[in-house]
Amino acid sequence: MYNFIYHRAAGLRQAQHMLGEFDDAKLIAGGQSLLPMMKLRLAAPANLVDLGKIAGLSDIEPDVRSISIGAMATHFEVHNSAVVQEALPALAELAGMIGEPAVRHRGTLGGSIAHNDPTADYPAACLALGATIITTERRIPADAFFTGLFETALMPDEIITAVSFPLAEKAAYQKFRNPASRYAMVGVFVAKHASDVRVAITGAGASGVFRVPAFEEALQGRFSPEALEGLTVSADGLTGDLHASAPYRAHLIGVLARRAVAAANERNDRSDEL
Amino acid sequence: MPTVSLTVNGNPVHADIDPRTLLVQLLRENLRLTGTRVGCDTSQCGSCVVHMDGKAVKSCTVLTLQAEGTAITTIEGLALGETLHPMQQAFRDNHGLQCGFCTSGMIMTAVDMVRRKGHALDDHTIRRELEGNLCRCTGYHNIVKSIAAGARAMESADPLRRAAE
Ligand SMILES: Cc1cc2nc3c(=O)[nH]c(=O)nc-3n(C[C@H](O)[C@H](O)[C@H](O)COP(=O)(O)OP(=O)(O)OC[C@H]3O[C@@H](n4cnc5c(N)ncnc54)[C@H](O)[C@@H]3O)c2cc1C
Ligand code: FES
Ligand code: FES
Repeated sequence: MYNFIYHRAAGLRQAQHMLGEFDDAKLIAGGQSLLPMMKLRLAAPANLVDLGKIAGLSDIEPDVRSISIGAMATHFEVHNSAVVQEALPALAELAGMIGEPAVRHRGTLGGSIAHNDPTADYPAACLALGATIITTERRIPADAFFTGLFETALMPDEIITAVSFPLAEKAAYQKFRNPASRYAMVGVFVAKHASDVRVAITGAGASGVFRVPAFEEALQGRFSPEALEGLTVSADGLTGDLHASAPYRAHLIGVLARRAVAAANERNDRSDEL
Repeated sequence: MPTVSLTVNGNPVHADIDPRTLLVQLLRENLRLTGTRVGCDTSQCGSCVVHMDGKAVKSCTVLTLQAEGTAITTIEGLALGETLHPMQQAFRDNHGLQCGFCTSGMIMTAVDMVRRKGHALDDHTIRRELEGNLCRCTGYHNIVKSIAAGARAMESADPLRRAAE
């Protein structure tokens, strides 16, 4: 790891000021992606601005049709939040599938989406739920936020403060883990909203998370796994590596999308019975 | 050099450190608490797991400066005097270790697991919860057995010990 100057921000304003003031400054949240990158010297910021001691950045607040989750909420906190479990159980489940317990105790929502690893889980939830990313500057729709591999619409001095997730009528996430890293080899998040259905895929896209319009249309007609029978995703533009070829990933997308729809329906049937 | 203040196993620690100092380096190199291991240094193996404000974290993936003001517990902080923690005793009784390199991380992870998941842990739960801990010797079978036994033993541990947790 190359050396850096460490700054502990006491508030958001100060963090913003530090980002603007210092050369080559980078935020650190949970450090679960950034520190491994710094050890490998893939990242070598001259200044590190720590968000860890800023109060109020990890609040989870229910609204009428959405939940707002603070950028510094850890995966553990989201997974265990009664509010999220009640209003968006698919999101609580997803948070509990990230990495393993120790990583979930440190890693944050804001850090995960700012990093935008093509195999990360949260980007799929943001895209399928039609989330809004709230920053110190503006509100960015998820559709415009994830711009490529490890790339987002964030500007250098911009800080994510929260993400607002609209509630869905039905939703579920299915993850096929890479057996070694436990990241998603393919992850599929489906969400049925009042006016549309959204299907987002992580782990597979050569340029990151993406939606599948053909699946969405079919599911809008009928929200059932059968509606996806016979529909496939082209392997063009998908990742192929030593873990799985592009055609295999394309196949997994279909399988996991059907499973996700079935899981979303099943959850609703269960809660109707209660 | 920046300074850091935190508590380790109940003792206040103040140190001047290089900002790059990982929490595990502070523990092992400054404080000589070498029970916490570095198996991979790439956040994979879990041999460096300690508790930070009561939660398991990989101390190779936390900057010491991020731990300012926190309370850290390491494997050295589990026993009460000469009496092993029930989870340590369970690993001993169930042959839950061979070379022992992964053991402190396993035990710290196990104690955290019991706090979150309770005292009746089935094999499936234990194996899932151990996703971040690697053992190159035991084949996990006796580790899983140890954790199930240790979890039960923690329930009936003396009230003094439970109050301390
Ligand atoms: C062993 C292991 C397994 C993992 N498995 C998974 C997995 O299965 N699925 C998965 O999705 N992830 C996984 N992760 C990654 C983990 O979820 C990270 O926590 C997450 O990617 C980054 O969050 P962080 O808070 O640690 O961010 P950091 O590492 O602190 O920061 C990451 C990046 O985000 C920027 N950043 C942080 N916060 C903000 C903010 N508020 N505003 C703007 N920019 C910000 C930083 O500058 C940095 O560039 C794993 C990590 C490890 C170590
Ligand atoms: S040394 Fe920290 S996870 Fe391996
Ligand atoms: S006992 Fe040797 S690595 Fe686990």
